[in-house]
Amino acid sequence: MYDFTYHRPATIADAAAAFKACAEAQFLSGGQTLLPIMKQRLAKPANLIDLAGIAALRGASVDGQTVVIGATTPHADVAGAAEVRSTIPALAALAECIGDPQVRNRGTIAGSIANSDPSADYPAALLGLGATVRTDRREIAADDFFTGLFETALEEGEIITAVSFPVPKKAGYAKFPNPASRYAIVGVMAVETAAGVRIAVTGARPCVFRATSFEAALGASLSSAAALPAFPADGLNQDIHASAEYRAHLVGVMTKRAIAAAT
Amino acid sequence: MSSISVAMTVNGTRVSESVPARTLLVQLLREQLGLTGTHVGCDTSQCGACNVLVNGRAVKSCTMLAAQADGAEVLTIEGLESDGQLHPMQAAFKEHHALQCGFCTPGMVITAIDLVANDANPGEATIRKYLEGNFCRCTGYHNIVKAIAAGAEAMRS
Repeated sequence: MYDFTYHRPATIADAAAAFKACAEAQFLSGGQTLLPIMKQRLAKPANLIDLAGIAALRGASVDGQTVVIGATTPHADVAGAAEVRSTIPALAALAECIGDPQVRNRGTIAGSIANSDPSADYPAALLGLGATVRTDRREIAADDFFTGLFETALEEGEIITAVSFPVPKKAGYAKFPNPASRYAIVGVMAVETAAGVRIAVTGARPCVFRATSFEAALGASLSSAAALPAFPADGLNQDIHASAEYRAHLVGVMTKRAIAAAT
Repeated sequence: MSSISVAMTVNGTRVSESVPARTLLVQLLREQLGLTGTHVGCDTSQCGACNVLVNGRAVKSCTMLAAQADGAEVLTIEGLESDGQLHPMQAAFKEHHALQCGFCTPGMVITAIDLVANDANPGEATIRKYLEGNFCRCTGYHNIVKAIAAGAEAMRS
């Protein structure tokens, strides 16, 4: 990888100041995506600002009907946290199927969502559960956060501090993983809230999205008996792993499995 | 080239080194400290040959900067034996012939110890699932799974 200058601020304010003071800066969280792409020389930040030294960014907690996951909380901690497992078991289950154990020990929720990888798991959790992304500047609804392929609503130098998830009536996650990378070929988070159902799909398009035709078919509740319309293949991703038609089929199958898994 | 100072405990010994910022933890271990039991297989965080324990948790040391391990407790395959006795998990790998070429073995043993720390009595399905991030191209995994179950039992007693 190319040379860079390493910074390890102890506070959010120091991290923001470091970003402002440095040219070509990039934040580092667990590094499970950023370090591999730096090793491939696809990214070459001149300054790497490591957020791991900021204690306030780490940890999971429950505040009433809201689960709050700190930005640099590793996937393994979300998967194992008793307070997450008892309130939103689907969120813990999703975290437990990201990558492999070693990746889950290092990779973090903010690192995942800031990258907005089209095949990542966490974007489906945020969009399905109607989460809110908290930053050092504002709060951003998940519906507004993911804007495109590797694109988010984050501004230059904006730091994610936490993600808050309202506790749903029930939710389930199902994914068809790429057997090598464990990324989702298609992953679906199915959620029932007091306001209706939300079906969030990752892996199928350049950016996570809600399957509104399925939501309309389901109405107010996640019923496994509901008939879902065929999902159109138009505009879906296709690569050596799966054609657009195959992914369209998987959107329906994974939605049914997510509904069946919902608790 | 920008250098940084890193200090950590490796296999119970305090070490302090000045390294280029882009130094990976596995490079520090192998090239600076001479701990070549930790292997570099794929160098793309897939194969797990480079797994070490950082603060008790298995990580891929090819996908972690030495700088990120500053202040941490690092345990490598060399740090497992005590008083000339193999760690129970190492002994189980030997007993069950859980290796052929041996290249993946250090990472397998580290993952196994991480698993047992989370689940003292893992069943076969749990063991196989936990090996998702470790590749062996020789054995077909069967003896590795047997060894981990036996090693877990030995660690309980």
